[in-house]
Amino acid sequence: MNTYYIKRLVSMIITLWLIITGTFFLMHSVPGSPFNEERRTNEAVQKNLEAYYNLDKPLMVQYGNYLKQLVQGDLGPSIKKSSQTVNDMLGRGFPVSFELGFYTLLVAIISGIILGVIAALRHNGFIDYLAMSIAVIGISVPNFVMATLLIQQLAVNFPIFPVATWQSPKHMVLPILALATGPMAIIARLTRSSMLEVLTQDYIKTAKAKGLSPVKIVFKHALRNALLPVVTVLGSLAASILTGTFVIEKIFAIPGMGKYFVDSINNRDYPVIMGTTIFYSAILIFMLLLVDLAYGFLDPRIKLGKKEAK
Amino acid sequence: MELRKQETLNISPDIPDEWFTPKEKNIKQAETVVRPSLSYWKDSWHRLLKNKLAMAGLVFLVFLAVFAIFGPIISPHTVEKQTLLDQNLPPSGKYWFGTDDLGRDVFTRTAYGARISLFVGLMAALIDFVIGVTYGGIAGYKGGRVDNLMMRFVEILYGLPYLLVVILVMVVIGPGLTTIILALSITGWVGMARIVRGQVLQIKNYEFVLASKTFGTKTSRIIRKNLLPNTMGPIIVQMTLTIPSAIFAEAFLSFIGLGIQAPHASWGVMANDGLSTILSGYWWRLFFPTLFISLTMFAFNVLGDGLQDALDPKLRR
Repeated sequence: MNTYYIKRLVSMIITLWLIITGTFFLMHSVPGSPFNEERRTNEAVQKNLEAYYNLDKPLMVQYGNYLKQLVQGDLGPSIKKSSQTVNDMLGRGFPVSFELGFYTLLVAIISGIILGVIAALRHNGFIDYLAMSIAVIGISVPNFVMATLLIQQLAVNFPIFPVATWQSPKHMVLPILALATGPMAIIARLTRSSMLEVLTQDYIKTAKAKGLSPVKIVFKHALRNALLPVVTVLGSLAASILTGTFVIEKIFAIPGMGKYFVDSINNRDYPVIMGTTIFYSAILIFMLLLVDLAYGFLDPRIKLGKKEAK
Repeated sequence: MELRKQETLNISPDIPDEWFTPKEKNIKQAETVVRPSLSYWKDSWHRLLKNKLAMAGLVFLVFLAVFAIFGPIISPHTVEKQTLLDQNLPPSGKYWFGTDDLGRDVFTRTAYGARISLFVGLMAALIDFVIGVTYGGIAGYKGGRVDNLMMRFVEILYGLPYLLVVILVMVVIGPGLTTIILALSITGWVGMARIVRGQVLQIKNYEFVLASKTFGTKTSRIIRKNLLPNTMGPIIVQMTLTIPSAIFAEAFLSFIGLGIQAPHASWGVMANDGLSTILSGYWWRLFFPTLFISLTMFAFNVLGDGLQDALDPKLRR
């Protein structure tokens, strides 16, 4: 067990290092300095600016400095908003984005599983078709389209919810709905198909023969086994929710990380882009680890680190 | 002969003898098969035809292709032409889908957006196919240490958040159609490589491959002629699912301002423009691009699902 986690940790660090290195050199391969665009500063000021941000040093030295800073948890200053550091921005944006992402994931998982289970139990019935139609539509409609639709219908035509911003629970409903439909649909489809498979297994028949209540059969015997494939996709779903927050935060004017990220892209604020990318990647890698752990928890037969027989 | 007739007579005397003439044996006909033999592809095609939803998707895609090719041609307006007197007009006989805030025809722009979307989707799928199949094929066929090394690399790429990488690349090379396709291809082929590798790993141990090897067939020929045709099913399914994700990625990038740039039109750009006017009631500016994005994604998804069912040999009847 311990060797597995050590191996896992090492490979996580390597992946993260590759991402850091990749982003660093990508960002620094962009031609031109960030200062010679709009404001025509004079030669001396520009020299000083470059010296201040260490841009006059050789690339490898800059890279070494950047790594050193990163290890200390410092993601560097913002170039465009000179009074702020990337840490400031993330510190302000992350709690909001985390709230949005966490609730979205929660809504998607719960409603997706319920939808999938009901569809599987009413296989080929009306409810099954209805649930699966909802799921296909949920997969097909991009989150930003869903967001605009929701705003148009539930905020403009029928002003039930506020149009934008992030203040009260009422403000959160539309963004979470818009972001959750896609992942919910994927979870619903997966749950349905793996539930259908599990329900034909012998141990379900045994449970029925023992006279267990249907509720107990579904939740204790079937669902737990059916959830494995769902857990597998949680990592990539988290990734898609994460990238989804960029547009959703932009559309609903939510002051989260995604908004800073998109703004920094539009302003070409390279340190911010770099810092946010690295932060996002770290979160994602951590999510993938959590998924692995959840796997072992749900199915004790899977011993992490043992050579799994396929 | 005589004996058998006797027997039947004994069992049921009411039935006349003529009913029980034995069928003549025809040795020649015994070997003919009544049902015409169906190849794997024909069989799959028939199964796909029966899937109404998938066929609806296919029909819509054909319609979309026609719309993309001929839409800008039959339209009396051009994509970039601004008629400032005709700002924000609702759909009418002159402007079928209305106009935007610069007086540009939404119909033509939607059709042009269909071109971009389909082009991006198809190109991304094609590049994924070429790189993914080659990479996965080699890794799966070689096996052992080569496979280990190649797959380690794939795993690292697989762990990267797809859209984040794409965004990063777009920031560096700058927006545009070619860069979108390039950025999508950088990590897009990984899924395909994994699928092909898994399939090849399984199939290469079958007897017909061994037979080929025994005859001294070259490796490249074995991969091309023996292994790939047998992995075509999953490959095609993967491709039909790559296309909508590429289309989504393009719309997403254009929506956040990193994709297609003005004055060109793309559904993502149009949706983003339309969003700002949502409060002023110009619904057509948002409605048409988003409708087309959603329908296209829907069509590709149901077609992919249908193909998955149709191409699965386990479901063959």
